[in-house]
Amino acid sequence: MLAHGKAIKYGDNVDTDVIIPARYLNTSDPEELAKHCMEDLDPLFTKKVNKGDIIVAAKNFGCGSSREHAPIAIKASGISCIIAETFARIFYRNAINIGLPILECPEASRDIQDGDEIKVNFDTGEIFNLTRNKVYQGAPFPDFMQEIIANNGLIGYIKSTRR
Amino acid sequence: MGMTMTQKILADHAGLDKVIPGQLIKAKLDLVLGNDITAPVAIKEFNKIGINEVFDVNKVALVPDHFTPNKDIKSAEQCKIIREFAREKNIVNYFEVGQMGIEHALIPEKGLVVPGDVVIGADSHTCTYGALGAFSTGIGSTDMAAGMATGEAWFKVPEAIKFELKGELNKWVSGKDVILHIIGMIGVDGALYKSMEFTGEGLKALSMDDRFTMANMAIEAGAKNGIFEVDEKTIAYVKEHSTREYKVYKADEDAEYVKTYTIDLGQIKPTVAFPHLPENTRTIDEVGEIAIDQVVIGSCTNGRIEDLRIAASILKGKTVHPRVRTIIIPATQKIYLQALEEGLLKIFIEAGAVVSTPTCGPCLGGHMGILAEGERAVATTNRNFVGRMGHPKSEVYLASPAVAAASAIAGRIISPEEVV
Repeated sequence: MLAHGKAIKYGDNVDTDVIIPARYLNTSDPEELAKHCMEDLDPLFTKKVNKGDIIVAAKNFGCGSSREHAPIAIKASGISCIIAETFARIFYRNAINIGLPILECPEASRDIQDGDEIKVNFDTGEIFNLTRNKVYQGAPFPDFMQEIIANNGLIGYIKSTRR
Repeated sequence: MGMTMTQKILADHAGLDKVIPGQLIKAKLDLVLGNDITAPVAIKEFNKIGINEVFDVNKVALVPDHFTPNKDIKSAEQCKIIREFAREKNIVNYFEVGQMGIEHALIPEKGLVVPGDVVIGADSHTCTYGALGAFSTGIGSTDMAAGMATGEAWFKVPEAIKFELKGELNKWVSGKDVILHIIGMIGVDGALYKSMEFTGEGLKALSMDDRFTMANMAIEAGAKNGIFEVDEKTIAYVKEHSTREYKVYKADEDAEYVKTYTIDLGQIKPTVAFPHLPENTRTIDEVGEIAIDQVVIGSCTNGRIEDLRIAASILKGKTVHPRVRTIIIPATQKIYLQALEEGLLKIFIEAGAVVSTPTCGPCLGGHMGILAEGERAVATTNRNFVGRMGHPKSEVYLASPAVAAASAIAGRIISPEEVV
């Protein structure tokens, strides 16, 4: 499985309140949520994001609320993958559970610059920076999580085990 | 190597004799919880699985508390989804407006969590029930859906940080100050993926309400869960509120902790977290001159009866500053009634505060006290992120009920000592 797009870079502690502010949580429609994604941190996000783009952030991405609306909004806005030094644990679960691939890789998180062209191989955990001609090694998912992602999320995985 | 409290509870619920940090396990669940923001998404996912019933009608709790009583048509539609699902699936623990309270104050009060339980809730502050010696953690809507369907959840067994408490709290210092102090010390990712285990002779100084407040904010240090060793106060609370059987787990003598902190409660001063992270803490003597526009006393962190009593003891016979809108929100109907019977509501209203029906409301910028551009609030809530309580250019200062009440009178952030 691969992701390919340009990097959109953020810093430490990007919280779920700025990813999708609570004033928009009176709906759970992904397209509606995507219209306000990152609004309080980066008002230009929805204008600059292209399908396939990759968010590259620093420490503790997705901290705060358990709102699954946060990874849903990111996924619906066209982001194909998030790379960070670390993720807040609920966000990490939520992203995997809805089939939004995320990778922890401190080196990539530090080195990749905004606008760099990035390719990610989820099977190996390799991250290719095509702009800077570099390769970073992220931790590949454990088998159990690979299965969840291969089934497009936890619900698909549960359905597959119930058959 | 022995196991921590959390590891022992998880091992038992996974049917294993032993677990080690990093191990992926499937654990049986004693309660699956959701609210009016997260449950509608969970119900949509649940319906995709293709089973008709939840795993146990007694072990699912649905609490519409965030945007209720419904603030607009869209939130009314979300609540309708939950209400209809609760009826259709015969969910026993659905709490309609009138019965409803802020979930993390309500669930322990209703006796739905006891020591030794494994609880997941589609709300990050589900970690609150660690105060009862349960493993309790926040998850998202899809995990909630899977939990409702299967009665199980997957976990990575966490490492733990131990907080050895000693000494006694000084006057005007509460559990809120202790947890803000700890978050200031270790940072908002200081306990990332880990358990925070609270133990030591200092536990004696902490009431159950203090412990709920502290466990509640474990997530603000990034923790998977916060958990308190069970003592006679815990047992007394559980016996008063629940008839369920419970199991007390104690960490092994040789349990391994990645770090141990000794916290002398007597050294802790009233503490305030400045915008825009709970780790930006200052003690009250370092705050300086911060004029405020609003005070909120309430939330799953500090809307319990002791919180209201402390606020009332400061506001009694005084009036709030004319520039400060003071909003007080008892966390549950029971607490509301208790505050009424104890005369606390009269004190609040005579002081010029408003008293609201239970709701999460302003804490997450939902309703009942949204901030305009440039406004500042002192709140007894748990987060002060950008835009948390309203306009992205507003500010939230996190504090205890005592500091919040004193600040409401003074019109600026101030120590309770200065107004009492």
